[in-house]
Amino acid sequence: MNKLWLIIQREYLTRVRKKSFILVTLLTPLGFGLIMFVSGYLASNSMNSQKKIVVVDQSGILNEDDLSTSQFDFDISTLPINEIDTTYSKLGYDLLLDVPPIIDLSSTEHKVDFYSKEKLSLVALEQIERKMSRALKKYKISKSNINQETLDQLEMEVTLDNAVKSDQEGDKSNKMSIGVASALSYLMGFLMYMVIFIYGSMVMRSVMEEKINRIVEVMISSVRPFQLMLGKVMGVGFVAITQLFIWMILLFGIMLVFGATMTPDPSLGAGGMGEAGEILAEMGSQSDMKDLLVGIKSLNWLLIIPSFIVFFFGGYFIYSSLFAAVGSAMGDDLGEGQQLMMPIFIPVIIAISLVFPVLNNPNGSLAVYGSMFPLFSPILMPARLPFDPPLWQVLLSIVILIASVIFMTWVAGRIYRVGILMYGKKVSFKEIGRWLFVKN
Amino acid sequence: MSILSLRNVVKNYHNHTAVDNVSFDVPKGSVFGLLGPNGAGKTSLIRIITTITMADSGQVLLDGEPINFNHPSQIGYMPEERGLYKKMKVGEQLLYLAQLKGMPYKEAKQKLHSWLDKFDIISWWDKRVEELSKGMQQKIQFIATVVHEPKLLILDEPFSGLDPINTNLIKDEIDQLNQNGTSIIFSTHRMEQVEEVCENIILINNGRKILEGNVSQIKIDHKENLFKVEFDNSLLRINGLANFQILESQNDSITVKLNDGMRPNDLLGLLIGNGAEINSFNEILPSINDIFISRVGKSKE
Repeated sequence: MNKLWLIIQREYLTRVRKKSFILVTLLTPLGFGLIMFVSGYLASNSMNSQKKIVVVDQSGILNEDDLSTSQFDFDISTLPINEIDTTYSKLGYDLLLDVPPIIDLSSTEHKVDFYSKEKLSLVALEQIERKMSRALKKYKISKSNINQETLDQLEMEVTLDNAVKSDQEGDKSNKMSIGVASALSYLMGFLMYMVIFIYGSMVMRSVMEEKINRIVEVMISSVRPFQLMLGKVMGVGFVAITQLFIWMILLFGIMLVFGATMTPDPSLGAGGMGEAGEILAEMGSQSDMKDLLVGIKSLNWLLIIPSFIVFFFGGYFIYSSLFAAVGSAMGDDLGEGQQLMMPIFIPVIIAISLVFPVLNNPNGSLAVYGSMFPLFSPILMPARLPFDPPLWQVLLSIVILIASVIFMTWVAGRIYRVGILMYGKKVSFKEIGRWLFVKN
Repeated sequence: MSILSLRNVVKNYHNHTAVDNVSFDVPKGSVFGLLGPNGAGKTSLIRIITTITMADSGQVLLDGEPINFNHPSQIGYMPEERGLYKKMKVGEQLLYLAQLKGMPYKEAKQKLHSWLDKFDIISWWDKRVEELSKGMQQKIQFIATVVHEPKLLILDEPFSGLDPINTNLIKDEIDQLNQNGTSIIFSTHRMEQVEEVCENIILINNGRKILEGNVSQIKIDHKENLFKVEFDNSLLRINGLANFQILESQNDSITVKLNDGMRPNDLLGLLIGNGAEINSFNEILPSINDIFISRVGKSKE
């Protein structure tokens, strides 16, 4: 036990004290913050730059005030199109629209030509189309016998409200909590994916280094191979916790600073956060911070946090002991060992690609079975956790995971003890399989 | 009393027998040579003694006790392939290895300081191992092997890669440890070193023991009644030499093999009777190297 502790200590301290570790730990959140800041800045910049649009409307069916927004500044012109289509950019306009008169009020389609020197984004085009159709609709209403008031009364907005969660305040809280839950699912699933690859391969490299250095023979004349492997896995595990913890604190700090300096529109802050960020951003642009907080509060944190910690350690242990076994079987040639890593890569990649289908139906059979399989569950179960999976499923998955951790660590230990003393031989899976049953 | 006894030790690997029913004793306080060509099974034997692996059958006793996982702290092992953590500092590394052998931190630190002082390398304490030359790393490795004052020291090719000065330095240290009561197993295929330092040897080949015993006794057992005589008068005509096989003849010396039943005095008497002025008369004992080659050659047949 004492020796195990010494090994953990060494594995931890030699890594944490490295300059490269300190730099990566401090700079990664800063880089992340920088990306967020730049993309947020660019996004807000492009929104702030108003496009000037001139609309040729000889039949006078449009009204400037209906059209102009913070993004687009519309001017109506009554000049014929052939007098302005070559000069509009000289007059300071970015875009020229040619709206022909509406002859048949019953027609539901209207073609508007546009002229532009620069390429317009799809989003901008759609926004302009929406503006135009709204303005033209207004014109058609004014020409018909319907008045606006009657029309407004015909509107019917339906809100789906989950009856189980009806104790929550606000109409949007349910939609919001689903958004927050999805974002959290992605975050946890992706975090597991990263942890497995970053720290798992750290374990593997370290095993290979000891083998190539030949220190391993000295080591195992003092300690049991299993102690050495376990110490390494645990030491690197503590490194992972340290690094993630510092990242969390720094990222939180950066977000706070960021939130204070930038506009309150949360969609800007999420620019660099990928899919999860987009969901948050969408949520953010539709509702305010209060709804977001309600959504966050609505999650079952008492289940999520402890379970995630269990799956975090289980997943880390299962995969990093596999990485250790593979590292021990490899020679000094990384390329040659590539195929040995396939049994690790494949389940992780399958699991991460199942996250999206599972999110679509978090309590469907794919989700249930996937989150029971111990090589997938460390990624898939955390992804399900925010969607209130039945408690028995979580517990069963944890039991299977823990049993598998014990079994896999044992298997890895068997492979490791033989592998570290094998030199100059290319090993096959068959050979590794035999190592399991080799006597000490 | 033996520090180490092996009784009928067998170790099989997937497709070959690495150790085939080997028994031997290492007397307490002796320097013991474990000899054999490459691939003979020396490393497999050492790994069993150092608890790295276990024998499939047979018994290994360390100081009378069946070998177990508490024993590594009483054994110091320097593998043939040396290895240290390259990025670690010398002091930290030595402390780590010493503590893994069960030494308390304070004691380890104090002992290590005195070892580094002894070798006059205390200034390396904060250097990384990768900054040191190979010979320097060997010294560190040696200190790591002996700092916990093991009862049994196992050195696998300890002088390979060492320059003559460092070889002597390490040799002196080994002598010193031996005089203080440490039993030493020397594994090597370099025979001239064996004659210099070992009292007892075992010779193994293909996993089997083919020779065992005291070095001088083995030499006597393998002597071939060869004598070298040096004398002054050159080109002597000596009658009666037909009874001897003259293997080599020079102006002032001959190497003679005595036939069975003849004694050295018979040869001397004949030479003196012929008026030879004898300068020296020596029995030529076979070197361990010769015995090794002849025995390994024989066991191949």
